[in-house]
Amino acid sequence: MTTSSRRIEAINDFVVKFANVNGSGSASANELFAKSFLRMGIPVSPRNIFPSNIQGLPTWYEVRVTEQGYLGRRGGVDLMVAMNPQTWDKDIAEIEPGGYVFYDSTKAIPASRFRPDIHVIGVPLTEMCNAAYSDPRERQLLKNIMYVGALASMLGIDPEVIPQLLGEQYKGKDKLMTPNLDAFRKGFHYASEHLEDATGLRVQRAWNVGDRVFIDGNSAAALGCVYGGATVCAWYPITPSSSLAESFQKYCSRLRVDRESSHNRFAIVQAEDELASIGMVVGAGWNGSRAFTATSGPGISLMAEFIGLAYFAEIPVTIIDVQRGGPSTGMPTRTQQGDIAACAYASHGDTKHVLLLPEDPYECFEFSALALDLADRLQTPIFVMTDLDIGMNQRLSHPFEWDDSRRYDRGKVMSADALESGQEFGRYRDVDGDGIPYRTYPGTHPTKGSYFTRGTTKDPYARYSEAGPDYVENVQRLLRKFETAKRLVPRALIRQAAHKTPFGAIHYGSTSPAMCEASDVLDAQETHVDTLRIRAFPFTDEIARFIAEHDTVFVIEQNRDAQLRSMLINELGIDPAKLVPVLHYDGTPVTARFIVRELGARVTGANVEPIKRGQAAA
Amino acid sequence: MTFLAKPKLHHPTLARNAIGYTRRDYEGKISTLCAGCGHDSISAAIIQACWELEVEPHRVAKLSGIGCSSKTPDYFLGNSHGFNSVHGRMPSVLTGANLANRDLIYLGVSGDGDSASIGLGQFAHAMRRGVNMAYIVENNGVYGLTKGQFSATADQGSKSKRGAVNNDSPIDMASIALQLGATFVARSFSGDKQQLVPLVKAALAHPGAAFIDVISPCVAFNNHAGSTRSYDYVREHNDAVNRLDFMPRREPIGAQYEPGTVIDITQHDGSVLRLRKLDVEYDPANRISAMNYIQEHQARGEIVTGLLYVDPAALDLHSHLNTVESPLNALSEPELCPGAAMLERINASLR
Repeated sequence: MTTSSRRIEAINDFVVKFANVNGSGSASANELFAKSFLRMGIPVSPRNIFPSNIQGLPTWYEVRVTEQGYLGRRGGVDLMVAMNPQTWDKDIAEIEPGGYVFYDSTKAIPASRFRPDIHVIGVPLTEMCNAAYSDPRERQLLKNIMYVGALASMLGIDPEVIPQLLGEQYKGKDKLMTPNLDAFRKGFHYASEHLEDATGLRVQRAWNVGDRVFIDGNSAAALGCVYGGATVCAWYPITPSSSLAESFQKYCSRLRVDRESSHNRFAIVQAEDELASIGMVVGAGWNGSRAFTATSGPGISLMAEFIGLAYFAEIPVTIIDVQRGGPSTGMPTRTQQGDIAACAYASHGDTKHVLLLPEDPYECFEFSALALDLADRLQTPIFVMTDLDIGMNQRLSHPFEWDDSRRYDRGKVMSADALESGQEFGRYRDVDGDGIPYRTYPGTHPTKGSYFTRGTTKDPYARYSEAGPDYVENVQRLLRKFETAKRLVPRALIRQAAHKTPFGAIHYGSTSPAMCEASDVLDAQETHVDTLRIRAFPFTDEIARFIAEHDTVFVIEQNRDAQLRSMLINELGIDPAKLVPVLHYDGTPVTARFIVRELGARVTGANVEPIKRGQAAA
Repeated sequence: MTFLAKPKLHHPTLARNAIGYTRRDYEGKISTLCAGCGHDSISAAIIQACWELEVEPHRVAKLSGIGCSSKTPDYFLGNSHGFNSVHGRMPSVLTGANLANRDLIYLGVSGDGDSASIGLGQFAHAMRRGVNMAYIVENNGVYGLTKGQFSATADQGSKSKRGAVNNDSPIDMASIALQLGATFVARSFSGDKQQLVPLVKAALAHPGAAFIDVISPCVAFNNHAGSTRSYDYVREHNDAVNRLDFMPRREPIGAQYEPGTVIDITQHDGSVLRLRKLDVEYDPANRISAMNYIQEHQARGEIVTGLLYVDPAALDLHSHLNTVESPLNALSEPELCPGAAMLERINASLR
């Protein structure tokens, strides 16, 4: 059926996309496919593109095979595995010229439904499954494994890798292992016989995976909370954060159960709403437990009042916000960096909150554990701002590390002995000049150290006061504390371009892999741009220096309103004309192609004539 | 009035309880509520109950929401940690605190606006979960701090101080608590210390979710005729109009009555509270009959008070979650952190 002469030829560098129906069991087969590359030493970057639905709606799984290790979304599709008739036309349209479509050829599809510039690969999957299996559900599920078998053969995946992965997955479950292996082999065998040289896409063993681990950010953050000593988790289900609390439950059941008593060294409560989940975290933090909640934008909106209380009454709280498309219900299953400003200044009145901005699962682990330390140290809400792209997709990342000599920083807590020895206690006294007061846990001492926690203003001894000077001193101290936070949060990371350049680019969070790839491409094009990845708010000093050292700084964000740019302008007093927003906010992860196009045009244009100051991104 | 220092002079003959504390050791700051407020009587009952119970004051954590009632934890147990949280959210904060340290005694104080309106959801779920706490609602039917708007427990047809009629059905918190699975449910009257003190003691000692609905008259904003419970409509009406912003100093309402009898008590506002002591035959161990009894008597215009229901074998949230005996906030790195070697194994499983 192929009418095109051009064929995409690529080794270890292509994109395969699976178009499936939600609930058809494709997810595990597709994941198996992605993992097979890792076992051959080739990095992959898979992404789930799924609807807010349990069964029936279209879902996609995109696998970027990238020997160079570019883990951002590439954009474009080289091989479409089109298993969903509902989305057929759209899926066909997405294929790059010279690319391939793989489909179930049991029922003939008229030539008009294809494109002349793509190559068509048909395998009668339904027919083969119906012939081999009798159970209807099994026929459906094994069809997925069968196409994985066919693809493995066509692409040259080591035929032993997938059976090995299946063996690990179904260890001790022969009843499941046998039919899965059989379906894989049937698919593999069919393609070997009928589809030799059907594609120009090939896989060759490489050694670029190293010791990296393959995990989603939500699981990594949950593990970080286990290692960071969280004992209380209160949460309310919301996409894309639910799997974070569920992973915490899973890890705790494995790692936190007292062997002798079989009692739990953790408490997890699925609350009635986000008001209650943050309330429980506030109560636990007040009472000396490390506590966290995981949520997404709508949850943050609901939590705002409590966040203000925790800020003003100075209670340790850790909030992991797995961002999705907003506002309102927005795009619940799409990614965005849309909650940055809402979290930085959450709640009414003058507030500022510490944000940590992880780029991948490794930093999700690191920053979650760090957030628990910082919450105790700073006695304030700490936000870990991840997003759906990081949270719900498996990503190759640096293996997790823990130093056994590390001790939890419980912050300034006055003990019964200190109180007994006559040390003066004032809950909101700035004893050390860093804005951080001492606190006591409830129940510490019979006559000393108790205080009344409230959201109203108070004097340094926690006594109710609406006196102007008391209020001003209190909120000024909170600013001093925010300055202290600047010394404790992760620094921004700078990557210098190959040559000295007046152009800089600022990015953060899940934009990182796309930015790194874009930097390589831009360098190769002799378009030089230094980059800086912000990892926290308050903004550390090198950020202002970086902006000062460049004439024009692009701020790349995944939201409409250039939220971080506004924060840079406001917090650092930057001339707005100097910060050029580059915005990608359609719900798909930003790509290197997008960044290269946006920056390339502006930098190249600027070399001819100066860039118009304050020009916004198209 | 909080700016005034409370006199520290102790009478030398003040009685000490078994652990050496006088009643004064359970007191807090001077109340800033209106003179004669029923809430102050409840605070006094809490002080008395804790003294009689012989709990160490600092081993109690007292939490509240927002409103007149929620201010009261500042006026008792001055050596306890207190938490005046946000409106309607005391139950969740207390739940979290309780999860962090199961060894303290948790006292939640709330009002009818705080728990029946804005916080109805949190009230419901704390009861459902069986959080080990004494949950006291100081129920006066109005919003005091914002000057007398109806709360969700106000009777249908009753009139506000400004003359507005309440059209909405009242929420009966005790009935809801029973339905939600609270394992200790009581109702009392702030003026009946003899009944209330033992109930508070029992609630503090109860190993699960204990709820007490305490009817507590508001001297400032229910001091008018027009209430459906008022039998002296004209006299109270005049009183209200002429003394709109005047806070009369009155003694807290007192009432003593024998078991099995019904007594009408005239409130400060002239309305009548018909209080029925429970029969000696009343079975507080039967949830369903308790619910029926309350409904039947409510239909006759009577307010049932006393211990309405108790499950002596109650389990609490910690039992449901199977948490360790020691408080979670006392666990340290060796008990919490799985360590580097385990992390290496986890890494290996992710390749």
